Amino acid sequence: MANDDKHSKQTSSWQSAVADWSADKETFNMPWGKLMMWIFLLSDTFIFSIFLTSYMKVRMTTTVEWPSSSEVFALTIAGNHIPLVLIAIMTFILITSSGTMAMAVNFAYKGDKSKTFYLMIITAVLGASFVGMQAFEWTKLIVDEGIRPWGNPMGAAQFGSIFFMITGFHGLHVSCGVIYLAIVANKVRKGDYDKKGFHIVEITGLYWHFVDLVWVFIFAFFYLW
Amino acid sequence: MSQSSDQQQHPISLYLKIWGLLFVLSTLSYLVDYYQLEGILRWTLILVFMFLKAGLIIGIFMHVSWEKYSVKLLLFIPPIAVLIFIALMAIEADYTYLNRLTFSK
Repeated sequence: MANDDKHSKQTSSWQSAVADWSADKETFNMPWGKLMMWIFLLSDTFIFSIFLTSYMKVRMTTTVEWPSSSEVFALTIAGNHIPLVLIAIMTFILITSSGTMAMAVNFAYKGDKSKTFYLMIITAVLGASFVGMQAFEWTKLIVDEGIRPWGNPMGAAQFGSIFFMITGFHGLHVSCGVIYLAIVANKVRKGDYDKKGFHIVEITGLYWHFVDLVWVFIFAFFYLW
Repeated sequence: MSQSSDQQQHPISLYLKIWGLLFVLSTLSYLVDYYQLEGILRWTLILVFMFLKAGLIIGIFMHVSWEKYSVKLLLFIPPIAVLIFIALMAIEADYTYLNRLTFSK
């Protein structure tokens, strides 16, 4: 019986897809801005995938030893040597900002403009602090550790170029996201969307969650692997 | 355009639970490095925690779980092509590496 249920559910999923594509109507039942954001994020997925794939390729092909990321990104705090501590804090901050963003979307659809505004601003501030920590991380690596795009004292020369390219491109996305969030939050507060509806908050949220999503992959492949 | 089908309304408690879960998963993946686990165990744990986190973000925070099947196909078919590309590049990288070992000094 369970199998039958599963089968019938699958069939109806496919049937719904076929109906969406073949019937005389819009295929995707969502505001066009949301669909455009999804298509943009899909294209961004390709770019980040290409970056991570090229990282895989240079790391797999180099005959020189790859620097230990656990050691490169360690910090000494109050005399204790802690590996990856800054990256851990940055990860928690980005996850928290994703949580506040999800709640902002919820309050936007409930029509609570002031809560939406404050949650979006909190999200933007957390994003800005993430970029600030990244600036600190880069400064430490460039000034103290001598890492350059063309080489570093710890091992494979490709480490620097890949590191600055991937985290730099992600940092750019976070920075743009902070500006985007601030603009949309301000327009929500001013009441620009009172008539149009609050889909824009969900669309902004999609972008912000995507930035968090990309960090999940960078965290796993670049910092932990 | 039907307003009801595309407005994502879920209880706040759901988001708080996912938030907590993402925190726990991040802590676990951090601990993998902290305890310096090595070998197959390390890679497996890193990948499992990564995919769980990615799934929670895409499914709940980005509301894909509640989207229609057409939207899911739009979002998941292209990344499958990317995965095939990654596999091809991994094979290519092995080949390059062996050549470098053999021919460069």
